[in-house]
Amino acid sequence: MLELSDVDSGYGETQVLHGMTLTAQPGRVLAILGRNGAGKTTTLKTVMGLLPLRRGAIRFAGAPLDRRPYHIARFGIGYVPETRDIFPSLSVHENLMLAARVARKGTWTLERVIDLFPRLGERLENGGTQLSGGEQQMLAIARALMMNPRLLILDEPTEGLAPIIVKLIHDKLAELRSAGMSMVLVEQNFGFATSLADDVAVVSRGRVVWSGSPAEIRADADLQHRWLGV
Amino acid sequence: MDFGFWLFQTLNALQLSMLLFLLSVGLTVIFGLMHFVNLAHGALYAVGAYVAATVAGTVGYWAGLITAPLVVAELGLLLYWLLIRRMRQSGPMAQVLVTFGLIFVLLDLTRIVWGDIALGIEVPQALAGRIEIGGVTYPVYRLFIIALGAAIFAALALVLARTQIGAMIRAGVDNDKMAACLGINVERLFLAVFCVGCGLAGLAGAVAAPILSVTPDMGLQILIPTLIVVVIGGLGSLWGAMAGSLIFGFVQTFGAVLLPGLASVLIYALLAAVLILRPAGMFPARG
Repeated sequence: MLELSDVDSGYGETQVLHGMTLTAQPGRVLAILGRNGAGKTTTLKTVMGLLPLRRGAIRFAGAPLDRRPYHIARFGIGYVPETRDIFPSLSVHENLMLAARVARKGTWTLERVIDLFPRLGERLENGGTQLSGGEQQMLAIARALMMNPRLLILDEPTEGLAPIIVKLIHDKLAELRSAGMSMVLVEQNFGFATSLADDVAVVSRGRVVWSGSPAEIRADADLQHRWLGV
Repeated sequence: MDFGFWLFQTLNALQLSMLLFLLSVGLTVIFGLMHFVNLAHGALYAVGAYVAATVAGTVGYWAGLITAPLVVAELGLLLYWLLIRRMRQSGPMAQVLVTFGLIFVLLDLTRIVWGDIALGIEVPQALAGRIEIGGVTYPVYRLFIIALGAAIFAALALVLARTQIGAMIRAGVDNDKMAACLGINVERLFLAVFCVGCGLAGLAGAVAAPILSVTPDMGLQILIPTLIVVVIGGLGSLWGAMAGSLIFGFVQTFGAVLLPGLASVLIYALLAAVLILRPAGMFPARG
């Protein structure tokens, strides 16, 4: 589905990714784990074309991925950023319909995302900034789904949320997973990530240092301690 | 100082405000959306006035009023392809220097094409003369400027608040990167907004031509008031442009008649106060 081979990237003078190579399989959830500053967010931003690709290649659905973010989005990658990036000047409804504007053909409609997150249905006319953190996260996910993506990439969807909301987001993502949605999930929350993932990649200093199954990493305390500080 | 005096000065203030609004709205939205400082905006206004004067002299006033914004929007397109597109990433200092230089290029070009002598436009028959309202007789043409400014403001507010392209523009001003990640071609959206902004500057020039004399440096004279409006109102905001224009128009007009000694300082004092108390302006686009 998504293949990064030997990717270098970073911010300005600072290189963060050093030969990042990973593959997300169709219909599966890939969790990218690692300490702060390991390069997880940078990986997603590079995929979305928000950071320059200095070396290496990114392929999506078998073809090299265009570097312009609006092409990448239209090509079928739905992005849920770490900062959620709800547009404060737009209502919840406008936030959702903006994404539907150039959406690919598919089954995600306004009704269906409201089915998934009924809270959003009650707040359609609210401004983007009047939402709680949890509601903003729901809106960010719903907005990405409105594009009918072939791959959903999520950056720390549980960050700063109350446990009950984390549980809700977990259940909704699990629903998406069983519906066959391909996902790449960047997370600090080890339990959350390993319970959703089919595959796990551990990242340190801008490259993958371990990959395997969630069961393997859950069983390996040494590995967790060394790369994640758990 | 009776009611008639206040009404007369209020109309004067509104007329100045609406002229400034037509200019500042383009400048502020271009800044809000593109983070681009276009000091040549005033020069585009001057070009608009010259085009209007030329067309009005041969075809008629209304033809000039329609042609000027179109020609200036085209000129904006040309500037975009030649200069601005290359300067999007080069930071405010370089942008200010280049567009400041552009003022003089455009100023000399208008001088070469149209000469140094001030041009005038005849007000069309339908808008000529004066009418009596509330006990004062007021020029119809100046009322037309007020109405036109208000109509353009209403149209822009409607487009921005109610249409999908309006939502796209608001999203682009809020967060252009995220807007792109939702499939919006932000650069093309910018270009469209830039051309509309330039067109409005041209319209302002065409509208101003009959009441001010059309001279090559008219763009330079209007630039400082326009920048003050944008700073007071808040960068990137339509409501800010309107509020800033009204504040400038009223302070300037009433200052000149009530406190003539202080009139020239008043608006700068207000600008300083806004910068100290609300550095982002009265109605910033980003909360």
